[in-house]
Amino acid sequence: MKIRLMLALLLVLAIVVACAPAPTATPVPPTAAPKPTDAPKPTDAPKPTAAPAATSAPAATTVPPTAAPAATKAPEPTAAPAQPYKGANLRILVANHPWYDYLKTILPDFQKATGINVTLENYAENDLVQKLTTEFTAGGSTVDAFMQRPLQEGKLFAQNGWYVDLNTFIKDAKKTPDTYNFADFQKAAIGTETVKDMLTGIPIVTEQEVLYYRKDLYQAAGLQAPKTLDELEAAAAKLTDKSKQQFGFIARGQGNPAVTQFSSYLYSYGGDWFDQNTKKATLNTPEAIAAFTLFGKLHKNYAPPGTTNMSWPQAVAVFAQGSVASYTDANSIFANLLDPTKSTVAEKTGVVVFPAGPKGSVPYSVTSWGLSIAASSKNKDAAWEFVKWATSKEIVLKEQGVGANPGARASVWADPVGKSKFPADWVAAQVASANGRGYDRPLVVQVGAARDIIGTIITAAINGEDVTAAANKANADFQKLLDSEPK
Amino acid sequence: MSNFLDRNVKWLFPLPAILFILVMMVFPILYTVWNSMTPWSISAGRPPTFFGLENYQKLPDDSRFVASIGRTFYFTILAVSLEVILGVAIALLLNREFRFKRIINSIMLLPMMATPVAIAMVWLLMYVPTTGIINFVLRAFGLPEGLWVYNAQSVIPALALVDVWEWTPMIILICLAGLTALPHDPFEAAVVDGASTWQTIRYITLPMLMPTISVATLLRLIDAIKTFDIIYTMTQGGPGFTSETINIYAFVQSFQYFNFGYASSVLVVFFAVVLSVSLLVTYSRRSLEI
Repeated sequence: MKIRLMLALLLVLAIVVACAPAPTATPVPPTAAPKPTDAPKPTDAPKPTAAPAATSAPAATTVPPTAAPAATKAPEPTAAPAQPYKGANLRILVANHPWYDYLKTILPDFQKATGINVTLENYAENDLVQKLTTEFTAGGSTVDAFMQRPLQEGKLFAQNGWYVDLNTFIKDAKKTPDTYNFADFQKAAIGTETVKDMLTGIPIVTEQEVLYYRKDLYQAAGLQAPKTLDELEAAAAKLTDKSKQQFGFIARGQGNPAVTQFSSYLYSYGGDWFDQNTKKATLNTPEAIAAFTLFGKLHKNYAPPGTTNMSWPQAVAVFAQGSVASYTDANSIFANLLDPTKSTVAEKTGVVVFPAGPKGSVPYSVTSWGLSIAASSKNKDAAWEFVKWATSKEIVLKEQGVGANPGARASVWADPVGKSKFPADWVAAQVASANGRGYDRPLVVQVGAARDIIGTIITAAINGEDVTAAANKANADFQKLLDSEPK
Repeated sequence: MSNFLDRNVKWLFPLPAILFILVMMVFPILYTVWNSMTPWSISAGRPPTFFGLENYQKLPDDSRFVASIGRTFYFTILAVSLEVILGVAIALLLNREFRFKRIINSIMLLPMMATPVAIAMVWLLMYVPTTGIINFVLRAFGLPEGLWVYNAQSVIPALALVDVWEWTPMIILICLAGLTALPHDPFEAAVVDGASTWQTIRYITLPMLMPTISVATLLRLIDAIKTFDIIYTMTQGGPGFTSETINIYAFVQSFQYFNFGYASSVLVVFFAVVLSVSLLVTYSRRSLEI
């Protein structure tokens, strides 16, 4: 009896010992491990696919980083040692975006030149934000640099102290040589990345809203590309034949995603989200209501049914399938519309600057993505090497000239190579909108909540409900949100 | 020593399991409850402090939250009742010997095996009003077309339909197992007494199958009320907020608005709802059997 009991106790102890480390280790991400298993999140579905580039790093990377500078026997050089950060490991989180698609193909050049190992983890945009937020909130993150949307997360991340102020690198001549030419970046783009004098990131992708239209359909109906929103509405009406499944117009209609693409309508009508000085919401001004009404009317009368559940992938699919005549959205998604392998109407699609409203054509012109360094990074200098390389003129020219990613360097837009991948009418529209408004959503900390509030007006307008009532209610909600914002 | 073991052996054996439950289940729940009593939000710019039930006081005034409760039940009841009716009916049909029975049984299982996100993506494409296959087929037969998940009125039924498609097989499976386990004598007696097929089903099969049906319903109910994947993939709670269930709303509050404290209070309420539903069903089942 006693022997059995002792055996049983031993068994229990063995199980306890075996079980104990597992539960205690899981809730908190280990700080030392190179890849922390993040706090468990149910929606963390897409697994990071580390770029294969890391494996092709030079064999010399086993040398400890401290030994590296000594290897170059430069006689007290004026130039810094060639590979001061050799052997450093960088973990960089990026979004699934053409910018990343191209960058990963040229990443080995960087690793060869600097001896720095880079691991790129890519996520869908919303998953990227969740990943960053959980890692930074939980602490002990090993992220060194990351892609960010300055207009969406800029203020929020800055407020939580998650960015390194890149001005400290830019102004340090030792870390940033003159050849980097920071002044070459478009002023508006740098402005978007700046939060209270802090440079949160270096702009890598810019975009403006444009009008895509079917040249053949417009021509057959004897119409020119619309120059004003009134002309757009008239053309949409003329080109809509619901019995033939032919529609005059499409745009994102799903509340939250539609907000950014509605912004140009709002600005062109003379409206804005709120008054920057008084912090008063202006969603129910006559200008704003007129813009919401027109946007709703275009959807309700001339767009395919069901746009209230459509973001750009759905809208692009419908347009590419050939049943829609005009489409307003960001110019950065042009590859989906003008590439014959992706669209049945690629050859027949033209691009023009956003049509003018009562206050002229005021499209947004923004930096949609930037590259930032994490405040918690232990390799900030090495991370800056990477950011500096990825945003250098040489790489931006490659990204833009080969990868067709619209960058933010003025000199690259002046270079014929920089324009070669873009259709002529696309470039003309881009140049004409470059001076547009520097934000496509309200500049607040709680952007997600603000977009949902504004989205309710868009949904109401599309459904043909009372726009003024919806705008009044949303304006009150938005004011509440503005009042709750930290000063 | 051995005395101590003798006295406490009933505690020692389940100890590992208890520890596991404490760390993996009780702790997260208590931590969520604690969070729900703080204004923790990474957009607030200040560290979270304990402030009691303030989050809960805000809940009744939050129209999106209140609407999401009703919507959760609408979706759940619609989906589960269709699943149970269809599931039991199909199980009764399949409960006999015929050719291809095995093949049909395996085909029935496929929807359950597939990944919900993949299913949702395919249904989303089939639902597209202009180019989707469902409206195409309806048009071909001259039937009225629907807007499915692309319209505020039809979005919840359309989502429930996907859930029905995916989860009816589970009810069928459980009911088939229950049917095979039924004794044969009552059926033989019914035949002798001259009962019709319908009478046999109505007065013998269904009453005897009731415990199985209620287990299947309970399982589906708890699962359906927590549905997240299908809804988030297909609509993210839209159009507008018309398909935003409690689960989706809590997700939006935490990962899009970053109000972790408030989202926790939503989740605690949701936890209470799920718990009371399952207790209610378990209780009613017990009273049914007596």
